[in-house]
Amino acid sequence: MPKYSLKLYVIGRSPRSQLAIANLEALMRAIGGEGHDHEVVDILENPELAEQERLLATPTLIKAAPGPSVRVIGDLSDTKAVAEALGLELAAGHGRG
Amino acid sequence: MDQGKQISSVAKVPTGITGFDAIANGGLPALRTTLVAGTAGSAKTLFACQFLAEGILQFGETGVFVTFEESPTDIRRNTLGFNWDIETWEAEGKWVFVDASIQHGDQEIAAIGHYDLGALLARIEHAINRVDAKRVSLDSLGAIFSRFHDSNLIRSELLRIAVTLKRRQVTTVMTAERNREYGDIARYGVEEFVSDNVVILRNVLEEEKRRRTIEVLKFRGAYHQKGEYPLTILPGQGVTVIPLSAIELRQRSSEVRISSGVEQIDDMCGGGFFRDSIILVSGATGTGKTLIVTHFLSGGAAADERCMVFAFEESREQLFRNASGWGIDFAEMERDGRLMVVCNYPEVMGLEDHLVSMRAAINTFRPNRVAIDSLSALERISTVRGFREFVISLTSFIKHQEIAGLFTSTTPTLLGGTSVTEAHISTITDSIILLRYAEIDGEMRRGMTVLKMRGSSHDKNIREFTIDQHGMHIGEPFRNVSGILAGNPTMSAGEEPGSKPARILE
Repeated sequence: MPKYSLKLYVIGRSPRSQLAIANLEALMRAIGGEGHDHEVVDILENPELAEQERLLATPTLIKAAPGPSVRVIGDLSDTKAVAEALGLELAAGHGRG
Repeated sequence: MDQGKQISSVAKVPTGITGFDAIANGGLPALRTTLVAGTAGSAKTLFACQFLAEGILQFGETGVFVTFEESPTDIRRNTLGFNWDIETWEAEGKWVFVDASIQHGDQEIAAIGHYDLGALLARIEHAINRVDAKRVSLDSLGAIFSRFHDSNLIRSELLRIAVTLKRRQVTTVMTAERNREYGDIARYGVEEFVSDNVVILRNVLEEEKRRRTIEVLKFRGAYHQKGEYPLTILPGQGVTVIPLSAIELRQRSSEVRISSGVEQIDDMCGGGFFRDSIILVSGATGTGKTLIVTHFLSGGAAADERCMVFAFEESREQLFRNASGWGIDFAEMERDGRLMVVCNYPEVMGLEDHLVSMRAAINTFRPNRVAIDSLSALERISTVRGFREFVISLTSFIKHQEIAGLFTSTTPTLLGGTSVTEAHISTITDSIILLRYAEIDGEMRRGMTVLKMRGSSHDKNIREFTIDQHGMHIGEPFRNVSGILAGNPTMSAGEEPGSKPARILE
């Protein structure tokens, strides 16, 4: 089971940010297991991080590891689709309903 | 007064792009977004770069360049030919890139659920904060539409960015693509959200020649020149717009002569003024400039011409009283529809607005001759450059109507001297008449000379003239006196100025 490192970039504490954060938590539960690492970055507090990653849209979720960096944008409302786009393996029992 | 303020409520930011500010009547609307639209290869990116570069070079204003299409590396390299050292400006904190271009290896990004361009906006704001930017360029909007599928969302997000930039007190240029030279303003319906101010760049194949033009399509609530103006791209300079007024001035003048209203002045000019010429009358206060204007108008009316005067120094009552003091009845001329007197204080509005209202008045009244008394009164409400552009535009407009224009200019000193007005417009005018005081034998006398008469021979003498209840009387040339024009008359020994023996020499 790979150990994922995920970073979610949001703008402040808007309803859309809150929703994306909640959906990230759900994603982490769906992945399950131990040793994963996820982080929420508020761009208003760290605009230079948005510059570094050359972000345009928010929310943006970046899979920093393992492997090449991959990103999706949006409020992550569809856990399965997010996992598919980022190439994440979900724990058994998830993704079928 | 209120009206004047209202008209000029939209301040302008000079771009510093040669010629553009002339056709834009001062520059881009300040603290607003202007859409610069053009087909591929129409110099949109160059315009966007130059807006920032001239801001740095000419006005000490810092800028943020948001690039959606070309990479900052490409832009730095492509602009070296214009002597813009963007890399150094970046190091000095004068120029910041917000790189939103597609990099090699960037993959299409999946969108899952709702999103917005908050990250881009945060980066732009961060960049503005970093260098305290006054100018922002976004180049070009089409590229961002191609990266996101939801065009409606991108449109509303770009509107949000425009609103934020306005709040941040910056002046913004957004470029956008057009499919055709004549048709929709821009692709993706961009004009729907930044429609207040639109500039169009064109690159048209015309008679087997590439012709670049620029057109200010609209500035909401602000004046600008209408129509397409030629544009060139010069190495070391970038975009240069050629205001047509400068070209028109080189056009051949009419050979038809008109009377100045004073026979002797006509004689001095070799038979009168040319019909579509610009005449500058310069002199100190009280030398008789307004009198020459009055004669010019009554001479026109006598020839059954329609005459118009814009007076910026004296009230209507004063002008009419002056005229009747010289035996000329302005009221009667006005009743007959041969005269229109427009009195205004220079300060009631900006120079561009004066120009626009004067043009409108001329277009409405359709005069054969126009006088402005005095042009130098308008000097004080503008910069030297703005004033010169005003004069160029006004002059070309008047010439274009094939009418004669007589401008007066007040010199700052009583004896000799030239005004700023003269220094800046003498090359534009066709004829120059100088009126000077000459102190001779403890007496103030008046002298007149025709300094310049384009396309004609003229009297080179400095002639003495007097003013009485019948107006102006021009006499003999001053003899044995020199230095009148310089304001320092000195007499040759043994001779009286203008005396009989002197005339034997003729």
